[in-house]
Amino acid sequence: MLFEDIKKILTTPELIGYVFEGFLNTLVLTVVAAAIGLVLGFVVAIVKISAENNKYMKIPAIICNLYTTVFRGTPVALQLFIMVFAVFAIPGFKPYAAIITFGINSGAYVSENIRAGISSVDVGQMEAARALGFTWNRAMINIIMPQAIKNIIPAIGNEMIALLKETSIISMVGATVGTLTFDLNAASNTVFTKVPNFLASGLIVGCFYLAIVYIMVFAIKLIEKRLRASDKR
Amino acid sequence: MISVKNIYKSFGKLSVLNGISCDIKDGERVAIIGPSGSGKSTLLRCLNLLEVPTRGEIWVNGSLLSGLDPYLHPELIRLSATYKKRIAAGGSDKTVISEITDGRLLGRFEGGEYRREYRRLAEQNAIDINLARRKMGMVFQHFNLFNNKTVIENLTLVPVQLGLKTRAEAEARALELLRRIGLEDKRDEYPSKLSGGQKQRVAIIRALAMDPDVLLFDEPTSALDPEMVGEVLDLMKSLAGDGMTMVIVTHEMGFAREVADRIIFVDGGKIAEEGRPDEVFGSPKNARLREFLSKVL
Ligand SMILES: Nc1ncnc2c1ncn2[C@@H]1O[C@H](COP(=O)(O)OP(=O)(O)O)[C@@H](O)[C@H]1O
Ligand SMILES: [Mg+2]
Repeated sequence: MLFEDIKKILTTPELIGYVFEGFLNTLVLTVVAAAIGLVLGFVVAIVKISAENNKYMKIPAIICNLYTTVFRGTPVALQLFIMVFAVFAIPGFKPYAAIITFGINSGAYVSENIRAGISSVDVGQMEAARALGFTWNRAMINIIMPQAIKNIIPAIGNEMIALLKETSIISMVGATVGTLTFDLNAASNTVFTKVPNFLASGLIVGCFYLAIVYIMVFAIKLIEKRLRASDKR
Repeated sequence: MISVKNIYKSFGKLSVLNGISCDIKDGERVAIIGPSGSGKSTLLRCLNLLEVPTRGEIWVNGSLLSGLDPYLHPELIRLSATYKKRIAAGGSDKTVISEITDGRLLGRFEGGEYRREYRRLAEQNAIDINLARRKMGMVFQHFNLFNNKTVIENLTLVPVQLGLKTRAEAEARALELLRRIGLEDKRDEYPSKLSGGQKQRVAIIRALAMDPDVLLFDEPTSALDPEMVGEVLDLMKSLAGDGMTMVIVTHEMGFAREVADRIIFVDGGKIAEEGRPDEVFGSPKNARLREFLSKVL
């Protein structure tokens, strides 16, 4: 029964088409949200870190702290509802509002990963660089960042995996076939209406998620290995 | 020459330095001793502004490294509204100046004349801290070699990046220094492959590679295994022999006695006693110093 349902889904072009469409949309959602999250997270982390040293960054840092507190402190589903139905309640804008939400939410976590990675570097490294006459910026670029990145990359990798899975809640604000909102999870729900066996569609979609996550884990491992090779400590 | 003028430093409510003044002349070796927590490291770190004094001034070779402390400048105080008001009320110059200084009576708004003179004094004497630090080497208790750089990179990175030397010049100098400490075979190792004594000696020559006017040492041997203390002290003695100006926070009393021209005993954030090693060690006057010496000698 299960096997037959799986076979039916895989061999019916309409059904497997939904899955592929969802797969592509999940990838697009994740990649764009990740890009937003990484850029935002990096900027926020730099603002927060440089506020320790630069009084003009104090107020921006307070705003950044508010941002990370709010977006890490509330459920992403709630953020999604507010953004889609209140802040960006514009017809046809739903997929973009969702991407922006995922990106902003992820940025809050990324910024904390970067900040934690930087503060894990011994303060003596910065002091030694400054004592030799390096500016704060030069010390950051030449000494601190290359050491921090080893802690930052794995943490950000995990955040990206979490983001991928998080995009599945987009169906909560309504997924429409043919738009970006129709992600893998939505595809699973649609397939279920045609082949009412949740295990069958769930297993297939689950395999797609697993495949992406596996590729991401592999990529992170590869980068980590590269970083470690350049660091014969 | 470094001139420390009445500096105070507090961390929040904790006041660590409570009015320290001293001069370090070119070619002089000064050892700073004192109980742990007395503010020795803080004092040393104020010299190159790794810590910013809460009050007072640091001058290096005639340039003002720290902020300007108006209370050290009577001619500036005389331009202030507070001074003028008190003089008009019939105070004498001397008493008004000392009232203002002791009571720290200068406010935020002391008039245009005062503000202009303040800015003029500060601008005329100020030096870019990053430029000044190039000539003030610092050696840390925990070495602080750059972990992501090899030994040779540790020695050449800053001079090359700051455009002080070409890569070839910097490497030639680095190799000369490495030969001096007998570690030329470690040039391409990462710091983690070195022993504590080797790390500290590399940290010392990293400071030397900038051709500094003065070296500041913060307990350079305190984090070392006993058998490695000697090699670091020997290198420092040889620098002293070259006539390098050195300020050394240390618990090695024998070394301080042998190498220093002057000993500064810091207690409770103040200089409690200061003098030639034979005076300070031979006939200490301060009771706390006697107590301290009886424990460490
Ligand atoms: N960055 C800091 N923040 C807060 N307190 C500090 C800091 N640096 C030093 N202190 C405190 O200042 C006091 C003096 O410290 P320090 O100058 O390191 O003493 P010493 O080197 O003589 O042992 C200590 O009580 C220490 O805890
Ligand atoms: Mg100390």
